[in-house]
Amino acid sequence: MNVIPLSVTDLAVAAALVVLLAMLSMAMQLGLGKRIIIAAIRTTVQLLLIGMVLKTLFDRAHPGWVLLLAIIMLSVAGYEVMARQKHRFGGWWGYGLGTLSMFISSFTIAVFVLIAVINVEPWYTPQYAIPLLGMMLGNTMTGVALSLDRLTSGAYEKRGLIEAQLMLGYEWRPAIADIVRESVRVGLMPMINSMAAAGIVSLPGMMTGQILGGSPPMEAVKYQILIMFMIAAGTGFASMGATWLGARHLFDERQRLRLDRLKEGRT
Amino acid sequence: MNTLSIQQLRCHHIGPIDLNVAAGQYVSFSGPSGAGKSILLKAIIDLIPNSGEVSFNGQRREHMRASQWRQQVGLLPAESFWWCNQVGDHFPELNEQQLKWFSQLGFDKQVLGWDVLRCSTGERQRLSLLRLLCHGPKALLLDEPTANLDKTNTENVEQIIQSYVQEQHCPVIWISHDPIQIKRIASQHYILEQDGQLQKEAA
Repeated sequence: MNVIPLSVTDLAVAAALVVLLAMLSMAMQLGLGKRIIIAAIRTTVQLLLIGMVLKTLFDRAHPGWVLLLAIIMLSVAGYEVMARQKHRFGGWWGYGLGTLSMFISSFTIAVFVLIAVINVEPWYTPQYAIPLLGMMLGNTMTGVALSLDRLTSGAYEKRGLIEAQLMLGYEWRPAIADIVRESVRVGLMPMINSMAAAGIVSLPGMMTGQILGGSPPMEAVKYQILIMFMIAAGTGFASMGATWLGARHLFDERQRLRLDRLKEGRT
Repeated sequence: MNTLSIQQLRCHHIGPIDLNVAAGQYVSFSGPSGAGKSILLKAIIDLIPNSGEVSFNGQRREHMRASQWRQQVGLLPAESFWWCNQVGDHFPELNEQQLKWFSQLGFDKQVLGWDVLRCSTGERQRLSLLRLLCHGPKALLLDEPTANLDKTNTENVEQIIQSYVQEQHCPVIWISHDPIQIKRIASQHYILEQDGQLQKEAA
């Protein structure tokens, strides 16, 4: 079975719905009208661009191009993680912390799955590598951003409690343990929820896409399960890694809480 | 022995500070609010970035873990913070003598089961002192330990500190705004000026 191609008119009809929503929100003075339109335009442009990139990439599957695209995706994810934090680390740490933990967990798991599980030949075949990595990064990004935001806000709000423990001669680790635990928990919750609700409350996007594209449902389901597990592991490891590294960097070599290493974010 | 020795200590606009406090000696600080008295104490226990040499009992603080240093040189902050819900969770295992301190400050053993949020400011201040002493510091830096207390409680707190200091041979730095208390307690008095310099007051 082949996909029924969508025409420009089909998309225009869907776009009209978004415009209607924007107009309604302007009428209700939600202050969101402009943002809805801008976000919708961004979606269109970004997806069209990536469509063209993927088309070119699929035509000539060179590992260098795959790697380049992967690095661009990672850099943007790293920036998004940083931009979503209220108090973020200054300097290179602000950007590097999330990016590094996402790189280690997403890339390793994606490559591992490509080689050991899916067994596609060659392993960097862009039809597999890019969507897998994209889904990994998209979810890991959310987890890492939530964890780091909770960590730095937690340390900021509870600095009195942390310093009170340091004053009594406690090490930095127990002094921030509660906040670390809470940060990892917050980072993992969306992923746990989505695993628990998958198939009942929501039909995951990838699976739906494959079914719409004509794949047999059971094949789509198997891929979805694989993806869910990858995302779970990737998000979990990345959140833990970022939280741990971040917590460490909140203290200096004399175990002082260094909130001066944080700066106010935009949001 | 047990001397707290501070040399060329600088932090923010404060310093350089040179000061020696011998075992069992009480030194008091006062000065305009905002001059940085609390910051100075935090710099001594190395809780905030600072420069200079501080040693206790002949050992420089760089030669030990920061946590070890702070176990020896204990700071009682002006505002007490509590990280658990129950009072008792903030204390190590208590011995007979430590339980006696509780009763001297007007608490019975039940207090360990209290909810911190239900304690009054004065109660928290006294508990915060007990919490510090129960961790067994060898030098005491006290930031207005009796600021929110009535006369009786102030006397009790002073008494407990004095008996602790006598037993452990602690050097003491005591921030106070009460000239009578300063006269009663301290053998040397310093004023931390707005410009960050420590001036000795004539006795």
